Amino acid sequence: MTTTSPTPLLDIRGVQHSYGEVVALRDVSLSIADREFFALLGPSGCGKTTLLRSIAGFETPRQGTILLDGQDLTALPAHRRPVNMMFQSYALFPHMSVEKNVAYGLEAEGVGKAEIRRRVGETLEIVGLAAFAQRRPAKLSGGQRQRVALARAIIKRPRVLLLDEPLSALDRKVRAEMQLELKRMQHEAGMTFVVVTHDQEEAMSMADRVAVLNRGGIEQLDTPVGLYSRPATRFVASFIGSANLLDGSATGGPAGGASSVDVPGVAVFPATHSFAERESVTLVARPEDVHIVAPDAAPLQGVVVDTFFLGGSSTVSVEVAGLAKPISCTVHAANVATRGERVGLRFDAARVVVVANPVEAPAPAAAA
Amino acid sequence: MRSSRLIRIPFWFTYVFLYLPILVVVIMSFNSSANLFVWKGFSLEWYPTVFANEAVMTGLRNTLIVAASVMVLATLLGTLMAVGIHRYTRGGLVRAFAIAPALLPDLLLAVGLLSLFSLLTVTLGLHSVIIAHVTFAMAFVTAIVLARLASLDPSLEEASRDLGAGAFRTFMRVTLPQLAPGMVAGGLLAFTLSLDEFVIAFFTTAPTTPTLPIAIYSMVRFGVTPEINALATMLLFVSVLAVIGAQRLTRVTDAL
Amino acid sequence: MATQSPTPGVVPRGARRGWAALPFLTPGTLVLALFVAVPLLLVTSYAFFERGRFGGVVYTFTLDNFVRLADPLYLNVIATSIGTALIVTVLAVALGYPTALVIVRLPPKWRTIALIAVLLPFWTNFLIRTYAWILLLNNAGWINQGLQAVGIIDEPLKMLYTQPAVIIGLLYMYLPLMVLPLYSSLSSQDAQLTEAATNLGSNPFRVFRTITLPLSVPGLLTGCVFVFVPAMSNFVIPELLGGGKTVLIGNLIRDQFLKARDWPFGAALALVLTILLIALIFAQQSASRRVIEGPRERKVKRDA
Repeated sequence: MTTTSPTPLLDIRGVQHSYGEVVALRDVSLSIADREFFALLGPSGCGKTTLLRSIAGFETPRQGTILLDGQDLTALPAHRRPVNMMFQSYALFPHMSVEKNVAYGLEAEGVGKAEIRRRVGETLEIVGLAAFAQRRPAKLSGGQRQRVALARAIIKRPRVLLLDEPLSALDRKVRAEMQLELKRMQHEAGMTFVVVTHDQEEAMSMADRVAVLNRGGIEQLDTPVGLYSRPATRFVASFIGSANLLDGSATGGPAGGASSVDVPGVAVFPATHSFAERESVTLVARPEDVHIVAPDAAPLQGVVVDTFFLGGSSTVSVEVAGLAKPISCTVHAANVATRGERVGLRFDAARVVVVANPVEAPAPAAAA
Repeated sequence: MRSSRLIRIPFWFTYVFLYLPILVVVIMSFNSSANLFVWKGFSLEWYPTVFANEAVMTGLRNTLIVAASVMVLATLLGTLMAVGIHRYTRGGLVRAFAIAPALLPDLLLAVGLLSLFSLLTVTLGLHSVIIAHVTFAMAFVTAIVLARLASLDPSLEEASRDLGAGAFRTFMRVTLPQLAPGMVAGGLLAFTLSLDEFVIAFFTTAPTTPTLPIAIYSMVRFGVTPEINALATMLLFVSVLAVIGAQRLTRVTDAL
Repeated sequence: MATQSPTPGVVPRGARRGWAALPFLTPGTLVLALFVAVPLLLVTSYAFFERGRFGGVVYTFTLDNFVRLADPLYLNVIATSIGTALIVTVLAVALGYPTALVIVRLPPKWRTIALIAVLLPFWTNFLIRTYAWILLLNNAGWINQGLQAVGIIDEPLKMLYTQPAVIIGLLYMYLPLMVLPLYSSLSSQDAQLTEAATNLGSNPFRVFRTITLPLSVPGLLTGCVFVFVPAMSNFVIPELLGGGKTVLIGNLIRDQFLKARDWPFGAALALVLTILLIALIFAQQSASRRVIEGPRERKVKRDA
């Protein structure tokens, strides 16, 4: 796996965990740098929450170590770990005021009263809730509760702040706002954020780097741009953004010189890859990498079945004989194609990506 | 759990405390000696004597009459009440009024009913016990059926009405079948409550018509005998069966 | 009497449906009105009348019954009742709280079994359960035999027919009523709250003190009322285990109605019991509300 951080703050090595028969994490290793905004992304049940809870100390992994600044966290009970967490449901203490909630962590540490008062005031100021200090959580809106949860988690200036699906309980508009705010706050406080999310948009827009998890293992660890433009596996390609996936076999591998992907019954697509001849692969083409051209100017033809106008651009669905799903392509001009029209499709050979498409897909023996 | 080793002491103490007396009674019911405090040897001799005891058998007969009547009446009244409350009321007032007898100290209800029956010069007997038991048993049925109603899908009734069924037909064909598990559970509860009830029965029955708890009360008051152990063991057995049955039943209702 | 559609504050969802409610609500309401509301009002009114020479009630207004209550003899009974019920409640908390806490933390399968095991004695005949303690506490009983066998005591301890025996009996009877509300309150607590507290640096004891315990106060208070109320009005256990030496208010009421046939005085005692219980329930409600809503909200409400 790619690890670009020079001095890792959080170093996760070979962590494995299972609940009875169910494997939750299979040999996960990754490093997170100081002041990084790191996202663990994946569908539900992929193990991302287990990993987060293992860092916080609510799960004890069967194997592996979790090092923070070189110190092994797994040896510490949860309440001694210098990491704080923002819970998915916020877990605000319903019987305490906002102020008391935020002060809770400092009181546990035995900080002096005056100091607590000062820091709580400061932190509430940061999250913009100074006016609500005396309220109970039940009397706050969703967005306000989220800010209290955040304030409570950052007041101890933890080395690492863990955020479990921080925005999932918010409605669309507040979510966009909080997304920006989290990013700003992470920047200003100079803290390391590890956020767990199933929402790829959220991860892509906020994080510096994203680890995509699937079935308890890391599929790919990269920057958002890297994940989008250079997906390493079929899963990542389909999970991140929208993509046309064409299953076929590799032809003209590294030895053969000119390489391409043969999608049987459809066409042979030129693409750079390093797979052996006949290996089963998937061609990944983002909608913006597929261009609509005149029918006779391309190797691939199809019929327009639908167009979706999206403001600045449109997405055109083109049905191609031999393919189960229509190909989507993004066009930037209006009226490029109309329904029922026969068009040609040209794939941008320089930008399409070829990934492995292991035949024994459902059996996950992906430990490496 | 890490820190809970210490609190396991009271935890285990609770269970020993709850079961030690029961255990002693059950063991001594098989004692061949008439001495209640010395184990002589295994024997079943006390069991037949229970059935030969006239006071116990009269009490049992009376209790069964009362409990069966209470079960039928309380289920009927409680179910109607619950449906009425669920459909036609919003505030909690009627609900509180209907459930209050379940929480009322039995002694207060007992002296109240005794006063009423005496004022109306009602002759005391099994009928007065039945009336008295229905008041609180009905409250339990109402509470259980209300809980069941709250978990039902209201759109089913609406769909039935929408399809042209009248209110009565809808109630009989749609509402009632869905309430059945709640009603059965409530009825069973009413039966067991009435079966075990002592204080109210003590105040509202005539000396000529003692219920089983009253018969046991006089037996215990006038000295302990081995046959009480046998009777107690049998009653325990019935209670355990009833609780296991009710637990199964509520599991079924949960699954529905 | 309340036969009208039944209580004010009840708004039928439609005027036409108001009539439809009658066949459902009338029978039950009639039964409750006639056999619960009327009897309670009747007893309350008796407290203000004179007793007849041969029992019964003479309908002449008087406050004598309440004056009699001031007799040290009766004040003592009331004090003993409150004291006994209080001790029973405290012991029930001491045993019931840890028990509920352990049950909540058990794996789901064992949790159900442990809960049923707490409930099971409660479903067995209460006279039988009281009787069992006679076997245990008797001078020749099993506890004395055990203690003598181990050599802790030489002479049998007198346990039966003492106040501790009454307390044990009452505790035995009502302990499940403490465990249940505590269990339901503890099990409905969001597990993430204790995790959050731990995450913020609280050790297990502090988590319990600052989160688990305060949030379980409503359940705890409910349990206290569930135990205190019947413990105070029970008259069978003081008689069977206390040998009639420990007289509680329940015994007194029973005697006035069934033995002395002084119903007005019995009614006055019942009224005292009722008032005590109502006060207790109000105190419990407002204390629970304070935990849930906080002091500030109450102030706002008072202004409104």
